[in-house]
Amino acid sequence: MSSLLEVSGVFVSFDGFKAINNLSFSIDTGEMRAIIGPNGAGKTTFMDIVTGKTRPDEGKVVWGSDNVSLLKMSESQIARAGVGRKFQRPTVFEDQSVRENLAMALRNKRSPFSVLMYRKTHQDAARIDDLAEEIGLTADLKRRSGDLSHGQKQWLEIGMLLAQDPQLLLIDEPAAGMTVAERDHTTEILKQAAKTRAVVVVEHDMDFVRKLDCKVTVLHEGSVLAEGSLDHVTQNQDVIDVYLGR
Amino acid sequence: MLRALILFATILWPIGLSAQTTDLQTLLKENRSAVEKASRKTVDVVLAAMIDAGLPEVPVFLEKWRDKDVWQRKEDGLFFFTKTEDKKTYQLIDVSTGNVVGEADKKALKNLKPNSGVRGVIATALVQFQLMDPSLSRRMEGIRSIERDPEAAHLEPLRGSIDGEDNPDLKARKVRLERLLTLRFDEDDAARITAIEGFKGDLGIDARAALNPILATKTIAIAGEVNTALNVAETLVPGKDISIDAAYELLVSTDLAPSAVTKADIKMALTANIVDGQIAGVNVGTLGSDAAREEAYIKLAAMGIVSPLVSKVDIDAALSSHTFLSVFSEPSKTVTNAAIETLGSINTAVGINQTADLFLDGLSLASIYFLAAIGLAITFGVMGVINMAHGEFIMMGAYTGYVVQLFVPDYTLSIILALPLAFGVTFAAGVAMERLVIRYLYHRPLETLLATFGISIALQQIAKNIFGTQARPLTSPGWLDGALVINDVVSISYIRIAIFILALIFLAVLLYILNKTRLGLEVRAVTQNPRMAASMGINPDKINMLTFGLGSGIAGIAGVAIGLYAKVTSELGADYIVQSFMTVVVGGVGNIWGTLLGASMIGFLQKGIEFLNPSNTLAAQTYMILFIILFIQFRPKGIIALKGRATEA
Amino acid sequence: MERSFFARSPSVLIFISMLALFTLLVTVLSEGMGGEVISTSMVKTLGKTLCLCLVAIAMDLVWGYCGILSLGHFAFFGLGGYMIGMWLMYARTEIIVAASLANTELPPTPQEIKDAIGTQIFGVVGGSDFPMIWAFADSLALQLLFVVAVPGLLALIFGWLAFRSRVTGVYLSILTQAMTLALALHLFQNDSGLRGNNGLSGLQNIPGAQDIPQSVLSVWFLWASAFALGLGYILSAWVVSGKFGSVVRGIRDDEARVRFLGYHVESYKLVVFTLTAVIAAIAGALYYPQAGIINPAEIAPIASIYLAVWVAIGGRGRIYGAVIGAAFVSLLSTWFTGGQAPNIDLGFYEVRWTDWWLVLLGLSFVVVTLLAPKGIGGMFDRLVRK
Repeated sequence: MSSLLEVSGVFVSFDGFKAINNLSFSIDTGEMRAIIGPNGAGKTTFMDIVTGKTRPDEGKVVWGSDNVSLLKMSESQIARAGVGRKFQRPTVFEDQSVRENLAMALRNKRSPFSVLMYRKTHQDAARIDDLAEEIGLTADLKRRSGDLSHGQKQWLEIGMLLAQDPQLLLIDEPAAGMTVAERDHTTEILKQAAKTRAVVVVEHDMDFVRKLDCKVTVLHEGSVLAEGSLDHVTQNQDVIDVYLGR
Repeated sequence: MLRALILFATILWPIGLSAQTTDLQTLLKENRSAVEKASRKTVDVVLAAMIDAGLPEVPVFLEKWRDKDVWQRKEDGLFFFTKTEDKKTYQLIDVSTGNVVGEADKKALKNLKPNSGVRGVIATALVQFQLMDPSLSRRMEGIRSIERDPEAAHLEPLRGSIDGEDNPDLKARKVRLERLLTLRFDEDDAARITAIEGFKGDLGIDARAALNPILATKTIAIAGEVNTALNVAETLVPGKDISIDAAYELLVSTDLAPSAVTKADIKMALTANIVDGQIAGVNVGTLGSDAAREEAYIKLAAMGIVSPLVSKVDIDAALSSHTFLSVFSEPSKTVTNAAIETLGSINTAVGINQTADLFLDGLSLASIYFLAAIGLAITFGVMGVINMAHGEFIMMGAYTGYVVQLFVPDYTLSIILALPLAFGVTFAAGVAMERLVIRYLYHRPLETLLATFGISIALQQIAKNIFGTQARPLTSPGWLDGALVINDVVSISYIRIAIFILALIFLAVLLYILNKTRLGLEVRAVTQNPRMAASMGINPDKINMLTFGLGSGIAGIAGVAIGLYAKVTSELGADYIVQSFMTVVVGGVGNIWGTLLGASMIGFLQKGIEFLNPSNTLAAQTYMILFIILFIQFRPKGIIALKGRATEA
Repeated sequence: MERSFFARSPSVLIFISMLALFTLLVTVLSEGMGGEVISTSMVKTLGKTLCLCLVAIAMDLVWGYCGILSLGHFAFFGLGGYMIGMWLMYARTEIIVAASLANTELPPTPQEIKDAIGTQIFGVVGGSDFPMIWAFADSLALQLLFVVAVPGLLALIFGWLAFRSRVTGVYLSILTQAMTLALALHLFQNDSGLRGNNGLSGLQNIPGAQDIPQSVLSVWFLWASAFALGLGYILSAWVVSGKFGSVVRGIRDDEARVRFLGYHVESYKLVVFTLTAVIAAIAGALYYPQAGIINPAEIAPIASIYLAVWVAIGGRGRIYGAVIGAAFVSLLSTWFTGGQAPNIDLGFYEVRWTDWWLVLLGLSFVVVTLLAPKGIGGMFDRLVRK
């Protein structure tokens, strides 16, 4: 099995509203996947489940080659196990510099005591420089991240994800509110990232998904409606019904 | 003797009335010597004769006699009541008719001064007359005096008076009292047991008061065989049921063992026997420990100067050679058993009723917490604004009530005026606060907390500067005084009922406003999505202002209610603020039903803990808060938690 | 690779030198050292102020940096005071009792001494037996350990319970306030074993130092307080300067994000909460021997709120802000409530500051929150940047 993440038979409901309804699919190691779907299809809830923010009512979420269940782990444990998540709105620590943001995300020991005793090393400094170059923020390392532009914040957040060195990247609407040039840059960063790890992108924008050029999963009302290449799913009658209205 | 006599007389009473042959003066004359030199032994005969005669003037005479108001004319030995003319001359009043029949010099008269024993007998005989008196109030007084101070001698006259009683209430009272006296004083054990068993499950305090003396015990120590005639309640094991010291003390007090020598005794004896810095040859300086002191004492004892030390071995031996018993003063085992059983059933009934009473207490405390917290539930729960000055709004309401009462002396009218006025004052204060401070701090809850706290200290101090530090009264109208008494255990004061009703009204009105009115709809809309609400033409600023005013205004009304039963001080609100927050948090934020549940839980819990540890209300509060802290661990979002996306926003 | 901590944090050096200068100046001018300019009571006030600055630093660390508005840190402060107070009171009473029993005809037994001490200490609450919690009151070393251990343990347990159930924001504030109230109510009871509302008194008399006048002792305590404040400042500055500080500030700004970075947020909060509780307790243990008396009213929730007020006025999220706030507000408060401030006669009404100071404080607090959320320290920062 080369499956990295396997979600099977998952149900979640909020006060009677079924947000996820028998959701099952899997992501392979090193795969790039786009998840699309109309509002309320359960895309964000799916991410919440994988990252441990929401507990499903039933179902299994199995992770990695050792087949461990993510459902018994806390958010921070899941993150340390190798799942990185980028939120819809850019969430960087605005009060701190770009370097500090990246340093915090670097893959190091996370316990309070070892962080308290942490001394910067040459490798870490070099890694931060590499990451900054990758996301195009080399010149801005000392800037307060709150002063960055919207697009730069998105990249910084992706950079922080890369710094965590996760095996799976979950990315929620990375292109929202970006200029065309910024989008292209974002596409580049994501494609680059997908060379070494699995990347799951939740997106509304079909053009952006087309540029990613990867397998697409369509969610509707909490379960998988169709799966395959973008051209394949856009010709699927169910998908057309959902998107264009019955 | 007397009892039988009175019983006899009672039976004969109607006959006595009809067979009125002699007059009182004649009767007294016949028994002249017994009246003159009345003693406990001889007075019975006179009393019997008087009762026999059945004369209506007898009770009056007996009272006067008891009160030392009867005089005897020395020359002919006739008896009179008197009225003082001047210091020397007395008017004579006939004992039967009450008419003035002459005058006499004080020297010609002799005052009858019965001794206390005789007076007691007369008083008991009088009870009979009181119980049969035509005047209801006199009969009532007779019953009351027996209830206050029951005696065996009262039993017969009481029994005799029941049949003739025509007032049903008083008759019931007499019947009950007769049972109570029977169970204590009747000579027949079977009758007592029947009476005792009749009180099973009775809630009256009088029943418990009558039963408890039957079970009075005393502790005794016995050497050797236990007398089987003793009605033993329990055999006591020293060190377990009775402390070693107490057991030994008992032996000493009954001369069954020599007194123990305490450390203080040793010290005193040693101090008294210091000779040249030495005691029995031991240097005083070395006596800094109990062991050394004991040794020196033993030496003194050996010299015969002090009584010998009673060692622990001695004490143990003395204790083991005696049996310690807890013995009923009541000799009859069957009676004590019946009393134990009946008291047990009474205690069960009392327990059930106490639970009911506790429930009422809890309900009223819950109402108070609900009133104090409901305004907060709106500002904190619905708007998400934390208002530390909420307690001060409660205080402002209470002071408004006080000020109104300064101008309107009629308490009913003043309370009716104070309620809307308090709402108005605090509504205005709330709106002002929202406009000036809070609206700049939406979405910065911690800073709202601090800013409103600043307002809270300022308001508190201003109130102190205006009204002073001493408590001001807020008097409730007369019709709210007193309590609704259901039985001897369960009662609730009217003021608490009023607060409970007020809380219900609040609940209903708020539910109505939030669920059925346009304002409520707009409030909910603004709470859930202010931007969307604004685009629908709702002015969120106005809604926030009104909601905050409403929450504050309710605090003002709550202040009047709370002020009615607590003293109005500048710290009145501060006393409720933590509990109010707890109520809202425990209940679940954003839900009026949650606040109701939270208030109920905290109210009942606090009363429950106070019941378990009645001596210490501080400890009760401490445990309550600890419980709440733990509760929040398990239900961080309160009893009624909103689920789903809304809570994560 | 990395420059030294002090090189990176020049403000620490500035603060330490100013603190040292201040302490020296006060010492030289003090009554105890023959300066005759600063009275003993003023030296004590200044020493106490230094302790308040230390607890304010703790508050700033937990609130300004970690975002936990704790309304319980003054309770830890008070607990620290109680712990040292137990030893001070026991040891001093022991000396008094020993002196009074020295003249009796028989030398006293150990039990008699203990009973006499118990009667002396607990007579006011109608007892003479030592409660369990006084078992180690005769040992300075153990009570010093308790100064740190008892509040630390309380903070650890409370924090563990609160953080693991993800209670945050105002809820957490209310919960800490409830904890403080429960503690104060407990101590108000006569059978709490700590003399109910009488509290512990006579703490200014240091056992074993009876012959040293208060004027000199006050200077010693000033030095001890200054030393503790200096150490606390360095420790706090060090904690918040590195990556740990970065994570902690991250938790303040966006807790969930830090969690998704793989940090166990709860243990960070617990470390900060407990560490600051211990700092607060040490400050309290230095404060109360200078104040001379501690009672449960000191622990009441309001005291912890004032602590938050100081830090807010001084400026959150900057350590010197906390120091400025605590020193400024507490000294001003002493001045106003002490009756030294001139009253203002409006003709129809005389504004007495003893009555109106709290109103002024409350309102100025509102003004600071609204207009200068970064406090005095924030204005300071702006000046420095220009």
